[in-house]
Amino acid sequence: MSDRLHLLHILHELQQKHRYIPEESIRDVAARFNLPISQIRAVVEFYAFFSTTPCGYYHILFSNCTSCGYQAGDTNLLHLLTEQLGVRIAQTHADRRVSVQETSCIGMCDHGASLLINGLPLIHLDSERITQMVGLIEAEKPLSEWPSPWFHIHDQIHKRGLLLKEDISAGDGLRAMLLRGRDETLTEISQSKLRGRGGAGFSTGLKWRLCKQAVGKAHYVVCNADEGEPGTFKDRMLLQQHADAMFEGMTICAHVIGAHQGFVYLRGEYRYLLPHLQTVLVRRRGSGLLGTTILGQRGFDFDIDIVVGAGAYICGEESALIESLEGKPGIPRSRPPFPVTHGYLGQPTVVNNVETFIAAAHIACKGATWFTSVGTTASTGSKLLSISGDCTSPGIYEYPFGVTIQQILQDCGASNVQAVQVGGPSGTLINQTALHRRIGFEDVSTGGSFMIFNEKRDMLAIIHRFTAFFAHESCGFCTPCRVGTTLLRKGLHKIIVGQGTRYDMAELQHMCELIRRYSHCGLGHTAANPILDGLQHFSQAFEQRLTQRDFIPHFDLDTALEAARQMTQRNDEGAHLDQGAE
Amino acid sequence: MTNKPKLKLATTSLAGCFGCHMSFLDMDERLVELLEQIEFDRSPFTDIKQLGPCDIGLIEGGVCNAENVHVLRTFREHCRILVAVGACAINGGVPAMRNHYSLQECLEEVYLNSPDTVNPHIPNDPELPLLLDKVYPVHEVVKIDYFLPGCPPTGDAFYSLLKDLIGGREPQVEKGRLRYD
Ligand SMILES: Cc1cc2nc3c(=O)[nH]c(=O)nc-3n(C[C@H](O)[C@H](O)[C@H](O)COP(=O)(O)O)c2cc1C
Ligand code: SF4
Repeated sequence: MSDRLHLLHILHELQQKHRYIPEESIRDVAARFNLPISQIRAVVEFYAFFSTTPCGYYHILFSNCTSCGYQAGDTNLLHLLTEQLGVRIAQTHADRRVSVQETSCIGMCDHGASLLINGLPLIHLDSERITQMVGLIEAEKPLSEWPSPWFHIHDQIHKRGLLLKEDISAGDGLRAMLLRGRDETLTEISQSKLRGRGGAGFSTGLKWRLCKQAVGKAHYVVCNADEGEPGTFKDRMLLQQHADAMFEGMTICAHVIGAHQGFVYLRGEYRYLLPHLQTVLVRRRGSGLLGTTILGQRGFDFDIDIVVGAGAYICGEESALIESLEGKPGIPRSRPPFPVTHGYLGQPTVVNNVETFIAAAHIACKGATWFTSVGTTASTGSKLLSISGDCTSPGIYEYPFGVTIQQILQDCGASNVQAVQVGGPSGTLINQTALHRRIGFEDVSTGGSFMIFNEKRDMLAIIHRFTAFFAHESCGFCTPCRVGTTLLRKGLHKIIVGQGTRYDMAELQHMCELIRRYSHCGLGHTAANPILDGLQHFSQAFEQRLTQRDFIPHFDLDTALEAARQMTQRNDEGAHLDQGAE
Repeated sequence: MTNKPKLKLATTSLAGCFGCHMSFLDMDERLVELLEQIEFDRSPFTDIKQLGPCDIGLIEGGVCNAENVHVLRTFREHCRILVAVGACAINGGVPAMRNHYSLQECLEEVYLNSPDTVNPHIPNDPELPLLLDKVYPVHEVVKIDYFLPGCPPTGDAFYSLLKDLIGGREPQVEKGRLRYD
């Protein structure tokens, strides 16, 4: 299959062409793919980057990540932008020139406040840049004439370890594997005790072995480059600078499990990396590292397609990712069965993170002992961290597992630290008393996100932002998460605005437990973490905002009568309600 | 036991269909036994209009207008234990289906645009309670002590709830007793 024909890519092209996806196009696409119209419509509706009403000629997706500081200081940059443009969020300007939407973290946290404009990341936003932007939009200047430094992503690598110190040359990992033997390479991966870098930390050797043993018509290798967890941007750097090693790891995996087709699932926010990745693929094909008879080995046939997502965090969850690869809405499957036996098209599939494949390629070259010489017993090797928030040197840091949080904070120049969110909103919130804790699967585990918040930050506002993130990204499949995450957001808001009672707080906690226990997938299982951790480690912040009253209604009663008052032109006593004074 | 004063029970239906009240009556002959231990105050069963101090208040239906708010508040003030009964009180239920539309759309559809309206206008008599923008569950307006789910809750569920409250126990309704049809 060629990447061009993927449903998501066709919809993307339509979205680019029309600035939305018209109903006629949905019908055409359905006919072309021989699928029900309802299925195409479901896909269009599922993904945030597709719309059924026109977006502007300049379409802006403003990253509302907590870490990049768009609300820092006195100005909320998002509001400044919409004010200056004279548009409301999520509404297209009457002349269709411009539209602005909020979007979840776009992975530019080390480049300050940022946005995507027609898919391109524009970084280091401040009031001045926003005013200049607005000028260019009003002058209808094409993006190609905008100052190029605005779009220049410069990866800041502050600390290099096992993987980043010395890259492997294209083909080295494959040659080492062919020399050592396929099964022996799998043994080497197992002995390295490499665990998945995407968050869950499953043993990579075991995953590959289970997939290899699984019976199917075909086996598949999938690289998870969805990197949606707010505050994570290490895969962005790896894709830009170490794509060869990633493809190499995938190709090694393919040979081990017997796959002929692989996919990289690239998050839509990183579409700008696509030309670069395609170039590397072409080069690898040219050098005999991809395609048929790889490195002259008969029967070693493997190629890789890149499929670009369309703005859905849930598509980082491996089974949702596979659904998306299959051209469907990214709704997580019931597990088990797991992808190793029933993955892409129901066939045995390995899904690994970008960093995991790169580590595997290095291990194939340099051996298990080289890898286990670093890290701890339960967490061998190194971990790439994406550090952002309140510190002097945000960027990429590679540490041996077992490093303390304190050490990391020192290295990146963080002072007056109030809290660290390790592993993104779905991870762990750490307060000052726990800075001695260590990064590793046995203590504080992380897919790479490391966000620092100093004492000036309002912790409840941060927790609210995280909670809103989950409410926004919930795929809506199961009720505990779909309804529950929104109730959490509202419940926390009630407390933040000083309307929360002790009873509301107990209810909030109860709701957290319910969502955690009864949700269908990992998103729901972790969606309450920010509040639960907050209640545990920042209980003061909650307590301070509670009201002493027994009960306060959940909405403003008098406002709720306003519509009726207007329609009936009434303003008598009976046309009003008080809020129920104590 | 015979000397023990009877518990006072009040019930009301806000934006509901009286189905919960009908189901309450499905306790059948067990009502006779219950009436040894409780007596009704304000309720559609008694037609008593004025609410006195009560031990237990049962609320059917969600909150759709200003009058519902006043009744609900009166119940909260007078009842020691307030129970939200049935899907509409707990979630808004069927009346909350209007929440998908704006109040304006609802009223215009009913009073202005529907084909068989005569003298189309939106009623604005001050006697009529004003509608809220949405139908709300009761716990968003006052504090609720217990929730009895079901659409409607079965007679058995009502019986079990009341027996527990009379016995001074935390009400527990077994899963098998919870029905939604
Ligand atoms: C809601 C959710 C989002 C996820 N997002 C990502 C992601 O962006 N990147 C990733 O590698 N893994 C993500 N995962 C984990 C994957 O499901 C899967 O465990 C991982 O890709 C396996 O690769 P690994 O073993 O190399 O870590 C996510 C999981 C959940 C539940
Ligand atoms: S837990 Fe949330 S994200 Fe996961 S399936 Fe349910 S609704 Fe979707």
